[in-house]
Amino acid sequence: MVEPKIRIEGVSYFYGDFQALDDISMDIPPNSVTVFFGPASGGKTTMLRLINRLNDIVEGTRMSGSILINGKNIYDPDINLAELRRRVGMVFALPLPLPGTIRENVVYGLKLAGIVDRNRTDEVLERSLDQAAIWEEVKDRLDSPANALSGGQQQRLCIARSLALEPEVLLLDEPTSGLDPISTRKVEESLHELKKLYTIIIVPHSIQQAARVADQAAFFLMGKLIEYRPGTEIFTRPREKRTEDYITGRFG
Amino acid sequence: MNFNLAPNTNKSTTLTMKKSKPERSTWSEFFVESSIRVVGFSTIGFVALIFLFLLREGLPIFYEISPANVFGTRWYPTFDIFGSLPLILGSAYVTVASILIALPLGVCTAVFVREVAPQWTREILKPLIEVLAGIPSVVLGFFGMHVIAPLVRINLDAPTGLTAFTGALLLAYMSLPTIISVAEDALDSVPKSYRDAALAMGATKWQTIWRIVVPAARSGIATAVMLGMGRAIGETMAVMMVTGNAARMPLSVNSLFMPVRTMTATIAAEMGEVANGSVHYHALFGIGIMLFILTFCINLVAAKAIFKKRYRGGLR
Repeated sequence: MVEPKIRIEGVSYFYGDFQALDDISMDIPPNSVTVFFGPASGGKTTMLRLINRLNDIVEGTRMSGSILINGKNIYDPDINLAELRRRVGMVFALPLPLPGTIRENVVYGLKLAGIVDRNRTDEVLERSLDQAAIWEEVKDRLDSPANALSGGQQQRLCIARSLALEPEVLLLDEPTSGLDPISTRKVEESLHELKKLYTIIIVPHSIQQAARVADQAAFFLMGKLIEYRPGTEIFTRPREKRTEDYITGRFG
Repeated sequence: MNFNLAPNTNKSTTLTMKKSKPERSTWSEFFVESSIRVVGFSTIGFVALIFLFLLREGLPIFYEISPANVFGTRWYPTFDIFGSLPLILGSAYVTVASILIALPLGVCTAVFVREVAPQWTREILKPLIEVLAGIPSVVLGFFGMHVIAPLVRINLDAPTGLTAFTGALLLAYMSLPTIISVAEDALDSVPKSYRDAALAMGATKWQTIWRIVVPAARSGIATAVMLGMGRAIGETMAVMMVTGNAARMPLSVNSLFMPVRTMTATIAAEMGEVANGSVHYHALFGIGIMLFILTFCINLVAAKAIFKKRYRGGLR
């Protein structure tokens, strides 16, 4: 097996007294799509948010264990948070365009990083919109407001916004939960292209989607990692009884 | 009426109880209800009466003397010259200056309390800010007269410390609690997802606050400013004590550091010594009407901003 991009070692996580994650350990290989799936409040989103330290802003929480990206613990005190989050992009369940035009939305992260050269931003603009499979639809109206786009387009715009920063890892938290089937298919198709360049972790909004996109999949149940194996195996021949029950729809 | 509700008790007791109880309860019910109604309606009635009184006493000035006199540039009541312009400008000058001071301070404090301060600091700061609002204005005026005014006089090398600037400083201080708490609510209502999105793009905490959270809360912050302004323009006592009360036209930037007289201070200072029903008396009430219209407009704008925010909040 290749050197893991992300190594999660014995991570437990508490919201106050509630234990959201219980001793999770897993290796995530580069340039692949990894799926976190399982019933609600199983810890998928929490796990995702720990990988770019977005949960730092939640008060009254506690974490043990470590998360390594390229062999470096991201919870070390000398980590630059903004720089880490630029390397580990995240897209949320709700499309969340910022006020402003399509162009402004995409180059926003670049501006925050201090890149304002027009040639450079234009180049990034086209590349990231193209990667998010939305360039053809918006290339003629880059300066119209982002809010005017449809929900599916807005979500792909948000993906483009994350891609503009050329992250190494892309975290997607139910990116298609609010989208119609056609937009969903477009997003899923772009994932196949994107994984050539990035390491992708996705919390899907259905098991069908999990099965469609997964290179490997992790089944989370009540804060525990039950099973973590290649997608071709886990969805057809799960080893654990609980995984099988969930996949076949006996609970969840 | 049904007398058979308690079949197991002695018949006579049941009867007497039934007789007195429902009657007393309907009567007291009626009494309570009607007294609440009277109190409630009388509040509205009093406001209406005050407004009518204001109009009755103030409107005559607009036909007793010529409009040119009413909106003239000189206020000399003893010579029957009632130009209200220096007073209106005086109020506007002091109010605008105070908002210019209070806005950055208030918004920064709100940002600190809501976004930066740790939980325990926030819990100490919030009640403290509310206590600020409770300091009587005459105490602040006294403080202004004896502490701020000498400071202004010495540091600016002005002939007197009782200036528009001194008043603006005090008013800024007085409108701060309003601005802080309303702006803080506005920041609080910015969806958490905005912060997540900005942070996930690699924005620092600082960039998230100034480029995402504050702009998203701007309508609420505008409301805070309008409410603070409403507080400032109606303030009388503290202003009267520290602005010097010279009714002159504040036309240059320089006049910020000279005495001015506001509409409120004029009414408070002169109302005690005018003859009831005289032109001067009507003029003071006329100023009252103008003040009422001004504050009403400011509150209207503030209310509009509040409603706009509510509609937008419903979307997501």
